[in-house]
Amino acid sequence: MLRFVRTALMSAMLLPAAAMAQTSGKVTDFMLENGMQVVVIEDHRAPVVQHMLWYRAGSADEPKGSSGVAHFLEHLLFKATEKMEAGEFSAVVAANGGRDNAFTSYDYTAYFQRVAADRLELMMTMEADRMKNIRLTPENIATERDVIIEERNQRTENNVQALFGEQTAAAQYLNHRYGTPIIGWMHEMEQLDREDALGFYELYYSPNNTVLIVSGDVTPEEVRTLAERHYGPIPRNPDLPERLRTEEPRQNAERRVIFRDARVAQPYISRSYLVPERDSGAQETAAALTILSEILGGGSTSYLAEKLQFDTQLTSFTTAWYSGVSLDDTTFRVIIVPSDGVSLEDGEAALDQALTDFMQTGVDAEQLERIKLQIRASEIYAQDNVDGIANRYGRALTSGLTVEDVAAWPGILDAVTADDIMEAAKLLRREASVTGWLMRPEGVTQ
Amino acid sequence: MIRFATALFLGAAVALPARAEVDIQTVTSTSGIDAWLVEEHSLPFIAIEIAFKGGTSLDVQGKRGAVNLMAGLLEEGSGDLDARGFARATEVLATSFSFSSSPEELSISARFLTENFDASVALLRDAMQKPRFDEADIERVRAQVISGLAFDAKDPNEIASKTFAAMAYGEHPYGTVDAGTVETVAALTREDLLEAHENVLVRDRVLVGAVGDITPEQLGALLDAVLGDLPQSGPMMPPMVEPQIEGGVTVVDFDTPQSVALFGQRGIGVDDDDYFAAVLLNQILGGGSFESRLMQEVREKRGLTYGVYSYLASRDLANAMMGQVSSANDRIAEAVAVIRDQWRLAAEQGVTEQELTNAKTYLTGAYPLRFDGNATIAGILVGMQMIGLEPDYVNTRNERVERVTLEDVQRVAADLLDPDALHFVVVGKPEGLVAN
Repeated sequence: MLRFVRTALMSAMLLPAAAMAQTSGKVTDFMLENGMQVVVIEDHRAPVVQHMLWYRAGSADEPKGSSGVAHFLEHLLFKATEKMEAGEFSAVVAANGGRDNAFTSYDYTAYFQRVAADRLELMMTMEADRMKNIRLTPENIATERDVIIEERNQRTENNVQALFGEQTAAAQYLNHRYGTPIIGWMHEMEQLDREDALGFYELYYSPNNTVLIVSGDVTPEEVRTLAERHYGPIPRNPDLPERLRTEEPRQNAERRVIFRDARVAQPYISRSYLVPERDSGAQETAAALTILSEILGGGSTSYLAEKLQFDTQLTSFTTAWYSGVSLDDTTFRVIIVPSDGVSLEDGEAALDQALTDFMQTGVDAEQLERIKLQIRASEIYAQDNVDGIANRYGRALTSGLTVEDVAAWPGILDAVTADDIMEAAKLLRREASVTGWLMRPEGVTQ
Repeated sequence: MIRFATALFLGAAVALPARAEVDIQTVTSTSGIDAWLVEEHSLPFIAIEIAFKGGTSLDVQGKRGAVNLMAGLLEEGSGDLDARGFARATEVLATSFSFSSSPEELSISARFLTENFDASVALLRDAMQKPRFDEADIERVRAQVISGLAFDAKDPNEIASKTFAAMAYGEHPYGTVDAGTVETVAALTREDLLEAHENVLVRDRVLVGAVGDITPEQLGALLDAVLGDLPQSGPMMPPMVEPQIEGGVTVVDFDTPQSVALFGQRGIGVDDDDYFAAVLLNQILGGGSFESRLMQEVREKRGLTYGVYSYLASRDLANAMMGQVSSANDRIAEAVAVIRDQWRLAAEQGVTEQELTNAKTYLTGAYPLRFDGNATIAGILVGMQMIGLEPDYVNTRNERVERVTLEDVQRVAADLLDPDALHFVVVGKPEGLVAN
């Protein structure tokens, strides 16, 4: 896998050959016999490691009616196992000077610890233990359910932008679980119980559904030895279901979401389009969409900023982004905040006019070159943060991509042409879009 | 089960914490500007952190928000480049500059490739020494600041913070929002911004940390180029202030499902002999990990919140001990009561030997883990200078933590923690919580 580093640097064409003899960013991958995939990313500058275990199971894998169970289970993995008391996992990590946490998304659930390099084996011992041996009491369930409800209160109920985002996502997906929030709908969260959590656990938590990613001051040989010792004995689950989800039909009607709330400080417009994600072995379209998002909304030199913030001052903020790492169809999003005194209606009209103009004028060659320069440089800066590279691999490998796809990505981005971008821009179909207005209720002013 | 845990714990207690492997050099430029440097030549780029002490606390009377607006305009054009020209130049060089301000400092975080060293330094120099403050850009950034103020006015966390600050610090700069008010920001002129620039970006208040592919000689030249022509000194700093916090509850009515509570009392300075005892005490009481007493009592046992923590707000001009929690409107009263009880319990009975050992192991073990990445280390170098530490501190810091005794922590717990003087500002529609 040294190839990856070389490719990334060579394509950058910015570096003297001496930089190849670097200490950071070397990627190695292998598979354990029980189906656990392992990726090691080396950085020997500091005696620290990050140990991450990613499950190929997220909120989009949940059964209907129990939204939020993937995230609920993530919380419950910090309770007791047959060997550990509730809370002991984090206590041991802390007693070793480390820090640990976990996160859940649509396509994955991941657990990680950051510790001194010589504590790696201890982390593996404990992580392997809780893959199969959690022990939940009714009290754990009741208390932790209150915690996730407060988490939803904090992240979503108290945040109008989050509430608005939830409603627009629900309108975007007609037949796919990405339309359901990761944390769950409140009324379903309130009903989550021990059986829901254990059902998800027993179905998805097994070595052949995981990716182990260790980054930092460690060698692939050490990781292989330790992983075989601690994860190796856990049998694969032969009944692990294939990850087949319901697919979106062709979307034929543009949708509108009007969200009113007295807590809205800054009315704005969001537009999202259903578009393809990065597919293994075929990432070219996604690469073009990635660069398109930079061209349209990547900062103050972007097309929308030029047209709407500098030339006309109709908006105070514009942005665009594309979430390419996803198991299934994803979204391309644009947000514009109209300037004081500009209505949402006029703001939306200006956005549509700008997008129409862009289809006419096409890609500015100089801008494209600047974006590519930055993408190449970002590969160098990325090596300063191997935990970030670990994250990149974790997300990709749980979203249908391979190690080779991740390695190939910078080169594919670099090869994108102006024509590819304009072709990709045609994928932003109004019939597959949701336009959202976040605004105050009628009659309510600041 | 117990055996397993004990064995793990012994293993942890015996193993020594990893050492922070950073070799800090001090560099003085030809013209006399000091900086701290960690050379790291394995990656072809440099991270630099520059901080001017004083920050937004140096706003001139009646011009609240001037330093904040000025800082926001440093990346909006300088020298021959207008705002968009400047942005394009940073993109071509693949460099990034970020300018920000706080009541403690105006700071610049820069990152650039070795191969673009000279051009990046020239761009940074112009941004700091020759900002244009063009009228159109002032209006654009002013509108963004005012939009941010409107946003904050509807954010329960910001409302709590503003309310607490006004109560504790009154007319002192720490008592008001440093971005200003809609009225003060609307009234700022180009001259006000030039004055703010001249007052804040001065040589005798600058602190620099550099990490990466750069030699001491190159850093010296950079310091003179970027900072050499700035004024030597600026106006006096505002005085230290003793926070005025009395025990009680303030409720700010705001229609939202979850109440946010910010709480605090007087604090302790980083130069106090008991500072590390207070750090350990806070770690045990509410230091943010799952093991803290507040986390255990409020979240783990009762499920009243997603997160609760306390912290030592030991700042340049004032010291407080603060904390935060949020709970549904019908549960916040219970969370507040549990926190007050825990505060009292710790004040009256102190902590246990085991808790102290665990907190020490955590803090000493976690310290070297902070030094990850060039930009992070550059930030740490400036942070250390900000509170008057010596470079050798990275090697002695863990010993200072270890040296704290149980008696020290018990004494500090009794002296510092004052449950009767703990004040809660609660924003929301809290049920069963009476303001007093």
